[in-house]
Amino acid sequence: MVGKPISEHVNGGTNTSKTTSPKPFSSDLLSNLSFKTLKLKTKQQELLIRVSILCLVYVLAFITRLFSVLRYESMIHEFDPYFNYRTTLYLTEKGFYEFWNWFDSESWYPLGRIIGGTLYPGLMVTAALIYWALRFLRFAVHIREVCVLTAPFFASNTTIVAYLFGKEIWDTGAGLVAAALIAICPGYISRSVAGSYDNEGVAIFALLLTFYLFVKAVNTGSLAWSLASAFGYFYMVSAWGGYVFIINLVPLYVLVLLITGRYSMRLYVAYNCMYIVGMLLAMQIRFVGFQHVQSGEHMAAMGVFFLMQVFYFLDWVKHLLSDTKMFQAFLRITVTCAVGVGAVALGLGTASGYISPWTGRFYSLLDPTYAKDHIPIIASVSEHQPTAWSSFMFDFHILLFLFPAGLYFCFKRLSDATIFIVMYGLTSMYFAGVMVRLILVATPAVCLISAIAVSATIKNLTQLVRAKDKVPQTGSTKGASSAKGSSKGSIDQSQPFQKNGAIALLFGAFYLLSKYATHCTWVTSEAYSSPSIVLAARGAHGNRVIFDDYREAYFWLRQNTPPDAKVMSWWDYGYQITAMGNRTVIVDNNTWNNTHIATVGRAMSSYEDEAYDIMRSLDVDYVLVVFGGVTGYSSDDINKFLWMVRIGGGVFPVIKEPDYLVNGEYRVDKGAAPKMLNCLMYKLSYYRFGELTTEYGKPPGYDRARGVEIGNKDVKLEYLEEAFTTSNWIVRIYKVKPPNNRW
Amino acid sequence: MLKLLLAFLTLTLPFLAHSFSPDHPTDRRVLVLLDDLAVKSSHSLFFKTLQSRGFDLDFKLADDPKIGLQRYGQYTYDALILFSPTVDRFGGSIDLAAILDFVDTGHDLIIAADTNASDLIRQISVECGVDFDEDPSAMVIDHTSYAVSDSEGDHTLIASDDFISSDVILGSKKIEASSILDNAPVLFKGIGHTINSENSLVLKVLSASPSAYSANPNSKLSSPPSLTGSSISLVSVVQARNNARVLISGSLSMFSDRFFRSKVQKAGSPDKHEKSANEQFLTELSKWVFHERGHLKAVNVRHHKVGEADEPAIYRINDDVEYSIEIYEWHGKSWEPYVADDVQVQFYMMSPYVLKTLSTDKKGNYFTAFKVPDVYGVFQFKVEYHRLGYTSVALSKQIPVRPFRHNEYERFIPAAYPYYGAAFTMMTGFFVFTVVHLYNK
Repeated sequence: MVGKPISEHVNGGTNTSKTTSPKPFSSDLLSNLSFKTLKLKTKQQELLIRVSILCLVYVLAFITRLFSVLRYESMIHEFDPYFNYRTTLYLTEKGFYEFWNWFDSESWYPLGRIIGGTLYPGLMVTAALIYWALRFLRFAVHIREVCVLTAPFFASNTTIVAYLFGKEIWDTGAGLVAAALIAICPGYISRSVAGSYDNEGVAIFALLLTFYLFVKAVNTGSLAWSLASAFGYFYMVSAWGGYVFIINLVPLYVLVLLITGRYSMRLYVAYNCMYIVGMLLAMQIRFVGFQHVQSGEHMAAMGVFFLMQVFYFLDWVKHLLSDTKMFQAFLRITVTCAVGVGAVALGLGTASGYISPWTGRFYSLLDPTYAKDHIPIIASVSEHQPTAWSSFMFDFHILLFLFPAGLYFCFKRLSDATIFIVMYGLTSMYFAGVMVRLILVATPAVCLISAIAVSATIKNLTQLVRAKDKVPQTGSTKGASSAKGSSKGSIDQSQPFQKNGAIALLFGAFYLLSKYATHCTWVTSEAYSSPSIVLAARGAHGNRVIFDDYREAYFWLRQNTPPDAKVMSWWDYGYQITAMGNRTVIVDNNTWNNTHIATVGRAMSSYEDEAYDIMRSLDVDYVLVVFGGVTGYSSDDINKFLWMVRIGGGVFPVIKEPDYLVNGEYRVDKGAAPKMLNCLMYKLSYYRFGELTTEYGKPPGYDRARGVEIGNKDVKLEYLEEAFTTSNWIVRIYKVKPPNNRW
Repeated sequence: MLKLLLAFLTLTLPFLAHSFSPDHPTDRRVLVLLDDLAVKSSHSLFFKTLQSRGFDLDFKLADDPKIGLQRYGQYTYDALILFSPTVDRFGGSIDLAAILDFVDTGHDLIIAADTNASDLIRQISVECGVDFDEDPSAMVIDHTSYAVSDSEGDHTLIASDDFISSDVILGSKKIEASSILDNAPVLFKGIGHTINSENSLVLKVLSASPSAYSANPNSKLSSPPSLTGSSISLVSVVQARNNARVLISGSLSMFSDRFFRSKVQKAGSPDKHEKSANEQFLTELSKWVFHERGHLKAVNVRHHKVGEADEPAIYRINDDVEYSIEIYEWHGKSWEPYVADDVQVQFYMMSPYVLKTLSTDKKGNYFTAFKVPDVYGVFQFKVEYHRLGYTSVALSKQIPVRPFRHNEYERFIPAAYPYYGAAFTMMTGFFVFTVVHLYNK
């Protein structure tokens, strides 16, 4: 049942590969060409079409991610990628062992951070390998270019894996559609545009590869595929913390197969080999280490591993015992014992502390309200918020409707493989609902399941169309674009209602898919290609205005401060300051020490004199704040300030959130709370802002980000002095004064 | 001509540079601002002691329009003496901010106020942590420890001997010993002040007796005096954080020749002293203020691993470290080794992880050895040496401490031998089992 349908179609124009692109711009070319010009065997033609489709999808996946390079420049985006870039640079300069043992004294002053032991090195090593390979081939590229283009490159590779995966679970057509869908799906593009040099960029490839290889191993029962999936898992572990999803989903899948009575030798081989080898490999990553056998998140896999052995044992006993009654009794005893022993072992391990409990991040996935109540630092990140419906629509578009349809097809034809994809789809959709950023994990599943829906539907429709029409010029099942071609040949023949309906539906499918392509391109270009380090806005005359304040500030730091200066800022900017400003920071985006971050939060929300003592104790030389009041840039520190209060208050109870609110309302104008008007963050943000007229017809000190006139226009600083403010006031840097000379 | 000028410059440059500097902390060029040029002669003894010690005094009227502390951004003086208690505005470019800047750039200052001290002088004092009595005509009055004088009067001439007990500030020679009779007090006539309790740097050098109070001697006391008892300070000093030293006195006349030479008898005491202690007290105090005494420098901070000579860029946890520092004291002409047994070094990261007293070889060299704690992070070698009268030595040197590298752990540890054993028996067992299983039919 696999991989057949395409071969039936003897489509013309095999020499024009544009046919296969999901975009519909080329189908008229097709009709002009005589399909007799190139006489190939059906199978060869099919292969040629398939390969050219894949090539085009491969290229498409790459180029659609280049908007940001064309719009702005070849640069690293956002926050975390700057850390990844800095470490990659270090890796290429100093070699692997230095990187592995790197103790970074420039971040988390004065605690420092063991970089080698606290990161997933997969991304950096991948980029460095690509870099070294290119250098070996005498391409004089800069490491930055490699880093910028790593994510698009891996997105291209993901399309190939998606094709293979689709082929494995359904058929070749579904594979091709899946490849095309995932190539442009916004949910994936959001994390893999050029410049978004983050772990997810390679991790989604690794995730899908692991799943594909595991499903292949389950389907074949082959030790080789299983081993391959273990290595895929190793790559995933080395690349992203999201590997926990694999190590929980796979056991869950195995458990479901066991419960539904689909236990087989193939499954036994696939899972045991994958788990044991994968575990041993994963433990080689320093950041994971013994967590893999000791932490609560990994216990499910281990439990299922033992359960498999029990099953195998039972199978053997069943084979030996002819008496079913005896076997039933034996089964009951064994299962009870096994579950009992497992529960006792888990209880003992947890009680003795040998098995660490679940982390907060894991809890917050299972219980979406957990982080909000207990771990403000997780809840403060915008990408950890529960997903809004609109962003599902934004990121999936028609896939959101095709997904249930695909599930229907999967249930209709249940196999080990389809059970897997269904489980992957359902669990990841749940997680996508819990956290915005996990839409990314759901995207491959949604694309695959939707591809099944598209492929199966179009196949059914074209069969209907073709049933009474033996003209060879009919559509293929590959995608929307060929639907048009297929309808052409049959449009003049009046046929029964069913056929017209089928044609209409094909048109509908084509329309939807082309809408999807348009939407994806629009979203990529408008929403996901902004580097966020350079801001763009529309001026009064519709012209583009570029705010390059961040880099201006970081280069100021690099050029004008002593090399060992310590910069205090909210943790969001830590990676960028170390990477671009080359200065020591107190806290950064690796939020491993909550107390340290809370100390900074406390300093920001204290009065100036209290903050001064804290800053002195941390040897702070400069304070950096981000302020959007002049430009109307809304994700500035004043808008993040309540999180600083919450995180600071979580550790230091002297900071109380109600002190900064008026009747539960957060405001910065005249009605603001007195503590708010005099805390360090307010003073630093609005220092000398009262003198500035930001908008015509508004009083001076009108904050455009919040749309109010500020409440404290006469800000006096006693312990700090303004050192630098960027041209659009987005970044403001203050110098901490030395203690008074005569007091 | 040009050559000549160049030669002149090359010759004089070392002398020009031979002023106040970290290597040579004693002041050289002193600007004296006076209300009245008569003070120059009436206080000549004090000025002579300074000149005899090599100071270059430049007398100017306080309202001289040409005076200035700096020229082309360079200070032309190393110290400033303000013997102008009534000046309301200085001439030239000198004002409150200029004087405070002068101190904040490490220069020394002597202020003598008096009754009816101007607001400007008061402001300068307030900025240094000293508050004069707000009543402008108030004087320190003491009905028990006044100096017996010919004109038995209002007891405003005070004979005080309540000194700060610091050899560094007042010199090792006992003040009493210099006079013919013991216990010569210091004569004081002027306004009293208190030191601001928030200021931790200001010190009372000469305090009033418990029976003193501050009031206008010419009017009846209608309300209780605001300043009373030994909280009144007569002479105070401040050593700023940058080691600039400031002397503030409530009396200009205590510097005068008349007081230097006057005989003194403290009321109620039978001892008659031939000479007051003013000369010695103020001379010794001026030596301290002008950095002829009590100035420390710390140089040659070195640290390295035991057995190595070079300073590493980073330490590893549990390294054995040697730390050494040299501390010298300025003795007016040369640097002499400083000898003390209480200099300590901290290995500091937010709090001291190691705190060790340094041993000394009495030649200025201080050293110790310790083990880096089992904690990684960015540490500092910190020497914080603050002693009364001495300039503070505050050194910190940042050094990161890294954890073990992956290949610095022990390759085989005895505790793990059971596990090694288990692994190898497992392997052999598996091999034997395979052989048995395959060939034993």
